[in-house]
Amino acid sequence: MRRVRVKDDALEQRIFLRRALIAGIAAAVLLLLLAGRAWWLQVLRHEHFSELSQENRARVEPLPANRGLLRDRAGRVIADNSPAYQLELVREQAGDLQATLARLEEFRLLDGDEIERIRQLLRSRRAFEAVPIRMQLSEDEIARYAVHRHELPGVALETRMARRYPHGPIGAHALGYVGAIGEEDLPRVDQARYFGNGVIGKLGVERSWENELLGQGGFREVLVNAAGRRVEARDGDALPLRGRAPVSGNDLVLTLDIELQRIAEEALAGRRGAVVAIEPDTGDVVVLASLPSFDPNGFARGLSRREYLELTGNPDLPLFNRALRGTYPPGSTVKPLMALAGLEYGVITPEESVWCPGRYSLPNSRHQFRDWRREGHGHVDMHSAVMQSCDVYFYRLAHTLGIQRVHDAMRRMGFGEPTGIDIGGERSGIMPSPEWKKKTFSQPEQQTWFPGETVIVGIGQGYWTATPLQLAHATALLALRGRHFRPRLVRAVVDPATGTTRDIPPQPLPQVQLQDPRHWEVIVDAMVAVTTGPRGTAVRAARGAAYTIAGKTGTAQVFSVAQSERYDESQVAERLRDHALFVAFAPAEAPRLAVAVVVENGGHGSSVAAPVARAIFDAWLAPKVD
Amino acid sequence: MYEELAISRTRRTMTATARLLRVLHLDGTLMLALAAVIAFGLFVLYSAAGDNQSLWLSQLARIGIGGAVLVALAQVPDRFLRLVAPAVWLIGLALLVAVAVIGDVGKGAQRWLDLGIVRFQPSELMKLAVPMMCAWYLHTRPLPPSAGNIGAVLALVLVPAVLIAAQPDLGTALLVTAAGLLVLLLGGIQARFIVGGFTLGGAAVPLLWLVMHDYQRQRVLTLLDPHSDPLGAGYHIIQSQIAIGSGGVFGKGWTNGSQAQLEFLPERSTDFIFAVVGEELGLLGVLALLCGYGLVIGRSLVMAVQCRDTFARLLGGSLALTFFIYVLVNAGMVMGLLPVVGVPLPLVSYGGTAMVTLLAGFGILMSLHSRRQLMGSR
Repeated sequence: MRRVRVKDDALEQRIFLRRALIAGIAAAVLLLLLAGRAWWLQVLRHEHFSELSQENRARVEPLPANRGLLRDRAGRVIADNSPAYQLELVREQAGDLQATLARLEEFRLLDGDEIERIRQLLRSRRAFEAVPIRMQLSEDEIARYAVHRHELPGVALETRMARRYPHGPIGAHALGYVGAIGEEDLPRVDQARYFGNGVIGKLGVERSWENELLGQGGFREVLVNAAGRRVEARDGDALPLRGRAPVSGNDLVLTLDIELQRIAEEALAGRRGAVVAIEPDTGDVVVLASLPSFDPNGFARGLSRREYLELTGNPDLPLFNRALRGTYPPGSTVKPLMALAGLEYGVITPEESVWCPGRYSLPNSRHQFRDWRREGHGHVDMHSAVMQSCDVYFYRLAHTLGIQRVHDAMRRMGFGEPTGIDIGGERSGIMPSPEWKKKTFSQPEQQTWFPGETVIVGIGQGYWTATPLQLAHATALLALRGRHFRPRLVRAVVDPATGTTRDIPPQPLPQVQLQDPRHWEVIVDAMVAVTTGPRGTAVRAARGAAYTIAGKTGTAQVFSVAQSERYDESQVAERLRDHALFVAFAPAEAPRLAVAVVVENGGHGSSVAAPVARAIFDAWLAPKVD
Repeated sequence: MYEELAISRTRRTMTATARLLRVLHLDGTLMLALAAVIAFGLFVLYSAAGDNQSLWLSQLARIGIGGAVLVALAQVPDRFLRLVAPAVWLIGLALLVAVAVIGDVGKGAQRWLDLGIVRFQPSELMKLAVPMMCAWYLHTRPLPPSAGNIGAVLALVLVPAVLIAAQPDLGTALLVTAAGLLVLLLGGIQARFIVGGFTLGGAAVPLLWLVMHDYQRQRVLTLLDPHSDPLGAGYHIIQSQIAIGSGGVFGKGWTNGSQAQLEFLPERSTDFIFAVVGEELGLLGVLALLCGYGLVIGRSLVMAVQCRDTFARLLGGSLALTFFIYVLVNAGMVMGLLPVVGVPLPLVSYGGTAMVTLLAGFGILMSLHSRRQLMGSR
């Protein structure tokens, strides 16, 4: 029988009370569980979550360091940093992007064919990011932007520091340039130091002294919101934002004199060639010129593809540093050194007279080596042989010495090896010897040294090649009668923060000692006669100088092309002309400057190269007015 | 003498307040607890709203409306509430159907009914209508409820709940279901039904999985391993835990929470405002808020127990415990204990309808409680 249930209010009240009590206790327990979870999160795991929170809110922004300045020996700035202007666009502020880009084109701030690329670039970045769309604005463009600014929503003019070379192409090969870090630079890039820095020294001082110039990039944390957008920091933030100030790179004081450099380059203008001027008693390189030159500012701002191809495709090779890397037959400029070697090895005396009939043959050989003066120089002693640049005298001397002794003597003068100048890229040239020939050639018939090859080495031809820097260095060595220094372009490092200067002392190289030091004077006297003597080859170039010049002309036959050039038929004739050379130091009695000039395919050293050296001496040795 | 005078004046004032409360059918303790939590909530919302101060003012306005509704409902006789319960439920159901057919779509879910001036969420009404209806149904029937009655109550609960879940609004469906089931629980449903229900529920999980939306499934999966999708579905959970955890014991300071102020914390003024409490006010803030909630829940339960008849007790108890479910689900979600479900932090989260509904519930509770001694049924 089914029991009929009726409502029992007292029972229901009891049931409710019991259930409410249970529910209340359960609620209390669960509230405690929530509190426990909060405790776990906020006490036990607090540090972990604090770190995550800091990572969340802070974005690290790089602060690039200022690159050190370059000054010349007189303190004139020759490379600095200046603000460069670029246009940046923030997509979300631009409104109608298409219209904005069209207006940029209309105002000639963008190329029409750039627009599609920029649109893609913008699409690949976040809407609130400022994307550079145009670098290195000219003043005209900046003005046009300023006028139309209100019509260009979301477009802003921003500045960044860019390398600037106020003297443009003057000295470009010595200074080098900076450019965007490329894949080839990655092995020498320490990511931490280059943080936020997109450029690196590519050549010359900029490259070799990168370590001093670079400085140390800094960073700062900026507050960002979840979208990555930068927001202002507020006081009382739980964790302070971290940062590290950038440390500026060191300034360098160069040994160059930018005004003398300019004079040298102007004297050589329109030619291909190189000039190196060294201060003998320090090794300071006062002029290091290679022409034609290029404007390093272009590299600093980034060359367009067309500009780059123009530079690399130029048959005159403006990017090729002839002073350091051009290897030329030294020609007659080595005759004083050959004479010195003859004296040193005792195979000849200054007074010994040699008959020059205008040609020279080895015993038992019918091959004739011709003198540049077909009728010959007649009887010549050492003095007049150097003064008149008699070839036969030195053919004979070289043969008498033999190639090994020539090689040994010239190695002591610095030929065949790099001078060790403090920028990279230097070539060593060739100081030939039988051993060298054996190593260099693979065919057995080419590995033998022939006596005839020794003969032409006597007048700086044949296998012998040297860089203009080596020539200047050897001339400086002669000027100081055996004392010499490693050539250098940087003489001091200055910390811009403290102003303290760290001088780099001149680096003496092992002195060249002669058996008889009087031999130096024999040679120097002969070189003075070159510019002053009755039949001196450089008399015209030295006429009227207020000081005495000890010099030697040279004319080098072009029998092989020293550097890899493009074959160009129209220029072959010009390119087969002789190179003109001149080496000199002055004043002869107290030398202050040693100069080497090479003019490619210039013809005669006396008429083309010597005047360049004269212009340099005149400027450098003239009494200073100020 | 002056002291005596001062004391007596204070006493008189207190008595006057008490008298006013009695006349208005309000419970002083609960009012105080509610006021404390609401004030705390406004304090936190001011910071969470950031620059958007109109949001804060609009919340203030809704509290005003909610308070008015609370006081108004407290004046309604409990018998009347009981009388209209079926009608309210039916109207609510009709509106839910209407929403399903003609409702507005907001944030990808169809929840709103545009009544011209007011946009109205019928599901909110159901949070009150369902427990009213269940209590009404059970109060004439003997307790503990028989199996048949349990079935009937389940039907009263699940029909609107399924409609709401289909909108889809899982959070509200959950709260509506909880409100109805709590009536059963307080009505003394036997343990065997509870066990049976859980077993059935467990068996239904795979079925539930099949009918869930993709984003709902994702939320469940994400709870199990938030780092499987740190920038997608797991983002909310990860960021809210970072916010709370980085707050530490004392917090980063009011308006200084980097997670909240820098917008790493999603929905920081609505569903995830609890994380702002944890980040800016620390463990101390969290504990203070939980204490406030404990006070509200405890006092509500006591009031429910004191009610004079079964309808009042069941309804009052359900309202009190539903409020607790709000707290549990929201705080559990924000602290990574429960899946992400759209349940606001009661009385604190920004959101008009929920605030008004909650205060309306407490108005009903006060109405029920204030009339406990008017009839000599005890």
